[in-house]
Amino acid sequence: MPSYRDQGVVLRTYRLGETDRIVHLLTRGRGKVRAVAKGVRRPGSRFGGRLEAYSLVDLQLHEGRNLDVVTQAELLTAHAEVRADYARSAAAAVMVELADQVVQEGEAEPEVLELLLAGLGALAAGPDDPSVFVDAYLLRLAGLVGFPATAAVCAACQAPGPHVFLSVRAGGALCPDCAPAGTRAVDPEVVASLAQLAAIGEWASLPRLAREHPVARRTAAAYARAFVEHHLDRRLRSYEHVPRP
Amino acid sequence: MYEGAVQDLIDELGRLPGIGPKSAQRIAFHLLQTDPTEARRLADAITRVKATMRFCVQCHNVSQAEHCRICLDPRRDDTLLCVVEEPRDVVAIERTREFRGRYHVLGGAISPIDGIGPDQLHIRELVLRLDAEPVAEVILATNPNVEGEATASYLSRLLATLEVRATRLASGLPVGGDLDYADEVTLGRAFSGRRDVGI
Repeated sequence: MPSYRDQGVVLRTYRLGETDRIVHLLTRGRGKVRAVAKGVRRPGSRFGGRLEAYSLVDLQLHEGRNLDVVTQAELLTAHAEVRADYARSAAAAVMVELADQVVQEGEAEPEVLELLLAGLGALAAGPDDPSVFVDAYLLRLAGLVGFPATAAVCAACQAPGPHVFLSVRAGGALCPDCAPAGTRAVDPEVVASLAQLAAIGEWASLPRLAREHPVARRTAAAYARAFVEHHLDRRLRSYEHVPRP
Repeated sequence: MYEGAVQDLIDELGRLPGIGPKSAQRIAFHLLQTDPTEARRLADAITRVKATMRFCVQCHNVSQAEHCRICLDPRRDDTLLCVVEEPRDVVAIERTREFRGRYHVLGGAISPIDGIGPDQLHIRELVLRLDAEPVAEVILATNPNVEGEATASYLSRLLATLEVRATRLASGLPVGGDLDYADEVTLGRAFSGRRDVGI
């Protein structure tokens, strides 16, 4: 069986047999990889500690028929601070759960990997309220895989905004002409919060957004979840466990 | 597909954790060829464990009575309470003969990705115990993996609000292991948890 080397983030692990684990990885070169890590649940395992969820690792793997086999693992970034804190760990769980669901095996998604690393890095920095990073991550990942939440222009006719009619199904804010009867108008701050949450690249200002506009941010958070679950057709089990202020 | 009872047995064995279709078939044929008394002994053991064993109402460890033998033992230290994920962790700690306090079994660990939160574990019962028992120290002995760490973090915050001393089991190098084979996370923890060996 051929072997290969790749870097990736450990998304989650499952127990297998007495001492092994099945590891789901989001890799740079091969998208999602499912592999067996043998003996890693033994206390004396040589790389068990490196294959914990949220770690970025450099791996040597053997290709297998169903599952690949991890033969070596070097730790690049542990993100141990994320695992050591309940709120941050729960937030990271939402991030890896969605990545695990949307990325397919054998299809490299380098932008999704970079987004996940940025999200984990933001959580590792120790925010007071990690949940705002979850909301941003959900909208940004949806945008990367083809479902951008439109806030600056009307999601239907592209008329310049800001618009205050929000629709999950239409994919963002709608102008008064395009909004179907009964569409709820929201505070303009909600749409502004959505735009900020969905904008790729900016993480540092998000905690301030959450502090300064708590009500608008709560509405935007609820919208983000509904948006992702509707357009990606996925239910996020871990979402409800993220502590929110 | 086999006939009748053999296929039923293979199907039932295949439901057990860690038993795949091939293993289920192998065990089923072993039982088919074995002495009837041996097969009956296994069947009796399964029936008896379901009929007689339950969970201790105090610590949630497996027990034959309402309270387990550890909760009933008057020689145990009431001021020390060790919190573990599963009953098998109690057995692992008992084997060390280092701990003489009491236990509280959570029944798992917090795992948001599996939909398991604090409400699905015996955490409310732990709080009630702390109110009713003279516990001075709670030892968090959850597994040193992502679920165990999240659980320990949640409990340490909760215990801080209750003003109960919380400690975490040390992590570090396995006895008999080589330093250069240790992974960075384990070695880092061994350093941060180092202790005086002064004269």
